[in-house]
Amino acid sequence: MSVASPPATEPHAHRFIGKKRRPVEDRRFVLGRGRYAADITLPHLHHVAIVPSQYAHARITAIDVSEALALPGVLGVVTGAELRAQTKPLRQYLDIPGVEWFPLAGDVARYAGEWVVAIVATERAIAEDAADLVVVSYDPLPAVLDPEAAMDPNSPPVHPSHPSNIMYQRTFVWGPVDADFAAAPRRLKTRYRWHRSATVPIETFAVTASWEPGTSMLDVWASIQMPQFPEQIAEALGLPLNGVRVHFDVDVGGSYGVKRGIKHAVLVSFLSRHFGVPVSFVEDRLENMRGGDMHGPDRIFDIEAAYDDRGVVKSMKIRTIDDEGAYPGRSPLQMGKPVGAIVGAYAIASVQYEAIAVTTNKTGQVAVRGFGQAPTNFAIESTMDRVARDVGIDALEVRRRNFIAPEQFPYTIPSGTAYDSGDYPAVMAKAEALADFAGLQRWRDAARAEGRVAGIGIASCIEPGGGNAIFQALFNDKDKTTTFPEGAQVKIDRTGTISAQIGVASSGQGHETLVSTLLGEIFEVEPDGIRVIHADSLAGLPSQSPVASRMAIVLGDATVGAARRLKDKMLRIAAHDLGCAPEDCEWNGTTVRVRGGDAAERTWLEICRIAHLFYHRLAPGMEPGLQTQFVIEVPTGGTLPTADGRVQMYPCHSFSAHVVALEIDRGTGRVHFHKYALAHDCGTVINPDIVRGMVMGGIAHGIGAALYERFVYDDSGQLITQTLADYMMPTTHEVPHVDMVEHETPSPFTSMGQKGVGEGGYMSTPAAVVGAINDALSPFGTRIDHAPATPVDILECLQ
Amino acid sequence: MSRHAITIVVNGKRTERSVPARRSLADFLRDDLHLTGTHLGCEHGICGACTVHLDGVPVRSCIVYAVQADGAEVTTVEGLSPDGTTLSPLQDAFVSCHGLQCGFCTPGMLMAATALLRENPHPTDAEIRDELGGNICRCTGYQQIVESVQLAARDGAAR
Repeated sequence: MSVASPPATEPHAHRFIGKKRRPVEDRRFVLGRGRYAADITLPHLHHVAIVPSQYAHARITAIDVSEALALPGVLGVVTGAELRAQTKPLRQYLDIPGVEWFPLAGDVARYAGEWVVAIVATERAIAEDAADLVVVSYDPLPAVLDPEAAMDPNSPPVHPSHPSNIMYQRTFVWGPVDADFAAAPRRLKTRYRWHRSATVPIETFAVTASWEPGTSMLDVWASIQMPQFPEQIAEALGLPLNGVRVHFDVDVGGSYGVKRGIKHAVLVSFLSRHFGVPVSFVEDRLENMRGGDMHGPDRIFDIEAAYDDRGVVKSMKIRTIDDEGAYPGRSPLQMGKPVGAIVGAYAIASVQYEAIAVTTNKTGQVAVRGFGQAPTNFAIESTMDRVARDVGIDALEVRRRNFIAPEQFPYTIPSGTAYDSGDYPAVMAKAEALADFAGLQRWRDAARAEGRVAGIGIASCIEPGGGNAIFQALFNDKDKTTTFPEGAQVKIDRTGTISAQIGVASSGQGHETLVSTLLGEIFEVEPDGIRVIHADSLAGLPSQSPVASRMAIVLGDATVGAARRLKDKMLRIAAHDLGCAPEDCEWNGTTVRVRGGDAAERTWLEICRIAHLFYHRLAPGMEPGLQTQFVIEVPTGGTLPTADGRVQMYPCHSFSAHVVALEIDRGTGRVHFHKYALAHDCGTVINPDIVRGMVMGGIAHGIGAALYERFVYDDSGQLITQTLADYMMPTTHEVPHVDMVEHETPSPFTSMGQKGVGEGGYMSTPAAVVGAINDALSPFGTRIDHAPATPVDILECLQ
Repeated sequence: MSRHAITIVVNGKRTERSVPARRSLADFLRDDLHLTGTHLGCEHGICGACTVHLDGVPVRSCIVYAVQADGAEVTTVEGLSPDGTTLSPLQDAFVSCHGLQCGFCTPGMLMAATALLRENPHPTDAEIRDELGGNICRCTGYQQIVESVQLAARDGAAR
């Protein structure tokens, strides 16, 4: 059932949507009353500590736990061999039989920090003391650290049971690439490096599990943002899915994709069942950085572009090598999502795309904000800058000349995805005006004339929203999943108050605000009186968690769908009680009245009381009460890829245009922002402060990825950026004030015209910032083709 | 592990406990007193999420031992509201400007900003950014946090 067209009875001017409204969630957070996974306490709760591998690659020859077991307070110790005998491997999304991933290493440890032994004790400190008493003997093996070297058939294998270190490799050709390259008067070839970084939430991963033998039920509280989380726990432990109850009423302290923690949850659940006590594990920061499996994409891009003398790009060839680390899991699919926006905002007619997933002896990758599209957009946008330089136009003009035109929507890109709506030139014009682009150019030129190092960068970005599992099928022929549902339940009680249940945990996105605002809009009641609760995985409806900038789209429209069903039932109840046909009645605010007639009406409260208390006044056979649910499939979803790998990826496509002017300190290489302005279009805005915060937060992550953040490994495979003093995250000093303006091009696929908003800032900023650095470096004849472009890198370019 | 008897006034309430020498003030607040509003992000003094006031001065409670706070007054985020329900002007401003998202760094931000406004009721943007430079937020990009502190300063001035 579609929810895209509102019934005629709904008011056209929005009363709550798009208006300033204090987010519901914020009150408990400022009072210190949030409830995070580490705050969960249970009677007899025990705690876990981990013994990690000291080597990047080593055979484990012996484990001596006797001293650890003798420590008072230690309940027990579990090794990989014991765990593996009683659980199934964690899910791999690629078809890679033989590559087995378990929470604890077996005979071989495959990265420094991989978990080897788990200890359960009455206190965390005691468990940590015991971890120091475990003696593990290793026989070191050669470590595979460079992703290109790993592809060499003679490279040592990370997984000897797999024929090579290449986990996935496919070349897609969409459109006449060879002909377009042959016909193009100009071509260029570049290489970009997106180094390993992540969104690194301030809350580490935490999980508490409690197995109850009396009911054969496993209860799990976790700081989670992950599709199919209960399913994967059940699979690994051999439990029926209705024997796993994941509690989603846990506040998650930031995620931005990475709070997956499946190995954590399976381990802790196993330990609870094994030892018969509730068990909690809260990563310390070292565990999180080194063994938490939360690193993001780590990619090499080789790009060729074919274009004309005006800088109009005709075709592109993109080759991506992604270093997945030791266990691929879901992370290679992050090369699949960019297929749905592989030409960015540009009318490029043909594309060749090669995706290669490589395994190495590093910690595993996981989903990061944008699901792999931030690096790809960095490469595409950086290429546009080079095209501009080659034909002698500025970075803004080259984008204008290549934009898909507003009259071309819906526009299908070569890889098969239709963009729903947009007006890219208008948004870019707004950004240009907001930034005073011409003024910035004068500022830059004047600065350079004084010997200062200044530059301007531009980036645009398509931000697909809505989520869709189609990259699973695209990267694995055996996976025919086409459903990526989201549900909402709405009730109105006999006193007339409204409550809704959603089946997800939130990590800062404001879902309670989203749902109550939409319900307020539909029911024409004050949203602040509406209660939204987070159901557990058994009480809730199907959900895929708040990934893929999807919740405004799918949770929003599941909510709208449920609300419209209830509102229709209320009208029918009132009509029956008024003795007329439903079509002769209409809503007037919260009252149903007879259309054009006398004063006969039923108020909201009267209808609620009839529904719950007065069965004799309901139409015969009508279900008592006011409650309903609505499960939505992603709009435009439900298809499989074509044989040549064309897909309809996500339904909605937001757009943004960023303008950055910066100056570089010649002595330190430090970047100082002079101006950061952007224009942004995510369709209909539901809560302006939440939208602004999402965009701004993405920009801050983008600044980190562009300038500072990198997981660095030494030559022996040790992670050397293990603390927040080594892994540099932007503070108030590094993130500038940003000027922002909205543009609203509604999506035709959603009830209110809304699109997604969580990821675009992160997708655009690295290209804009590094582009501005390269503009600043252009008088020196040097450039940087990687991210992060650290102060040291910049200083080298100034020599 | 030696244990020590300590007396600390937490959010105006006198508390006596026996604690192991190695227990951090943060763990003491969270585990012994169940004041879970103080959050642990790094446990090595960088992120600022665990900021509390020790005798009125903001400190990182993850790198202060509980025994070091013996005889001191400690204020946590739970102590900012006069009655646990009414929002302080700064808390109210954070809600009004949506100066947070996931809420995890928020207690530390509030404690740092409360100390700032006490010392400097009318800070400039640069002064706000300077004072909050030791608290990392991964959600907001800081802009709405700075606006929240500005709003609280304005509201404070109006009263």
